[in-house]
Amino acid sequence: MKYFKNLFYLTGKRLIDILDISGFTILLLLRALYFCKNAFSKRREIFKQMYIAGVKSFIVCSLVAIFIGMILSLQVGIELQRFQQQSLIGDLLITTMTREMGPLMTGIIIIASVGSAMAAEIGTMKVSEEIDALEMMSISPVKFLVMPRLIALAVMVPISTIYVIALGTIGGAIVAYFQLNVPYDIYYNRVVQAIRFKATYVGIFKSFIFGIIIAAISCSQGLKATNGALGVGKATRSTVVASFLMVLIVGYFITSFFYGK
Amino acid sequence: MIELIAIHKSFNGAKILNGVHFKIRKGETFVIIGQSGTGKTVTLRHIAGLTDPDSGEVLIEGVRMNGARNRVKEKLRKKMGIVFQSGALINWMSVRDNISLPLRENKLFSPDEIERITNEKLELLQLKDAADKMPADISGGMKKRASLARVLVINPDIILYDEPTSGLDPVMSEHINELIRRMQKDFDVTSIVVTHDMQSAYHIADRIAMLYRGEIVQCGTPDEIRNTENPIVKQFITGQVTGPIEVA
Ligand SMILES: Nc1ncnc2c1ncn2[C@@H]1O[C@H](COP(=O)(O)OP(=O)(O)OP(=O)(O)O)[C@@H](O)[C@H]1O
Ligand SMILES: [Mg+2]
Repeated sequence: MKYFKNLFYLTGKRLIDILDISGFTILLLLRALYFCKNAFSKRREIFKQMYIAGVKSFIVCSLVAIFIGMILSLQVGIELQRFQQQSLIGDLLITTMTREMGPLMTGIIIIASVGSAMAAEIGTMKVSEEIDALEMMSISPVKFLVMPRLIALAVMVPISTIYVIALGTIGGAIVAYFQLNVPYDIYYNRVVQAIRFKATYVGIFKSFIFGIIIAAISCSQGLKATNGALGVGKATRSTVVASFLMVLIVGYFITSFFYGK
Repeated sequence: MIELIAIHKSFNGAKILNGVHFKIRKGETFVIIGQSGTGKTVTLRHIAGLTDPDSGEVLIEGVRMNGARNRVKEKLRKKMGIVFQSGALINWMSVRDNISLPLRENKLFSPDEIERITNEKLELLQLKDAADKMPADISGGMKKRASLARVLVINPDIILYDEPTSGLDPVMSEHINELIRRMQKDFDVTSIVVTHDMQSAYHIADRIAMLYRGEIVQCGTPDEIRNTENPIVKQFITGQVTGPIEVA
């Protein structure tokens, strides 16, 4: 009996915690959006954050993009080869990359390399009283820290996504050439023909939303950190888990909004 | 004038402040002493409005700080500064940028003026050589001084010091004590100083209050404290191992 009581208590407490942090994250996002009116005066910080996000994720993005392209090309290509249709590989690659793989993979990379670091950085500032110091100086942490990061990721995730799509397609071309004997010019022509305006803008829109989600979750987890280094670690971990889930869930709903019936 | 009325505060079921009550006059230097972990920092955070009490009220010039709207808090803090125990400098900004931060962000002066004020405070706290270093590359004492400089640039009426002299050498400690007194004499600044250092407490205080087990056990002038009959205060100021205060 006591055990059950404890179980209920813990489950309830966890649920309330989740509601609490979700509400906090949404409010934080709204306040950050409001402070976007001050974006111009924070342009240097925004560029700095964009630069950090770009540099931190560049190498991983490149490797993941190439290998995802190669894997897709190989897996699908082998099936296509059975029907002598391997020349269509370019269509398939560009379609899957723009619609789903590009935004999703980029989102995951940014979560792992940029979002986690963001949560750790802001969490460290929180537990070492730097956020309190800002508040004492009448400097809004939302305007000073969150808004620039939000804008930076909202811009950088789509840019990285385009880069990942391009590089993934090139990765696909390499495998198509060496494994499936599809010449580069045929592959290229298929790709150009298969690029769809809708798939592209939906993909980019998705990555834009992912950028906003990742920044909002990372910052809110950081700002909620307590208990020294332990709390910073917990904030980082929660950021990765929560962002990953949200990117998957929101990604599905964006897809179903544009393509569902 | 600052007034704390029956402040109660618990963290995770542990009672830290148990009806703390005191009143600080304008222009007074009020020193809070007490053991490590009794809630001195928590008390200061209440005055700054960074922590809200479970019950009780914090009044700054008659205006309620606890539970106030952001705009009210912001207004009260315009003339208030806090020197955090660990400095709390923004870790990715140089010492100079940290010190000028409140002026730059709130656009209080022209860039030239800001430069001038910053240099003046760097000079005052002997931080000239450290001006372009990052907080991680300077000593704990320097961080504390930089934190004080960052408070001084806004010309506050109320300054809260959390152990301003711990971690400083005796000469520098004396310099900071002098500074606290000069702020009071020249600018009528109200100071609340948390410290372990009885020498500097006697030196700067108009009144000293001792916090023990969440309550103020005695509050009086340095002479009253020095000649106290209260066994707890007596043990603390003379640093005896035996007495009512249990050493864990
Ligand atoms: N945010 C918090 N969450 C949980 N417990 C806290 C929090 N802040 C303070 N405490 C607890 O309150 C007690 C008093 O802390 P406080 O920092 O005020 O001590 P202090 O008197 O300033 O000690 P020191 O002289 O060592 O700085 C400590 O036991 C601390 O663990
Ligand atoms: Mg303390």
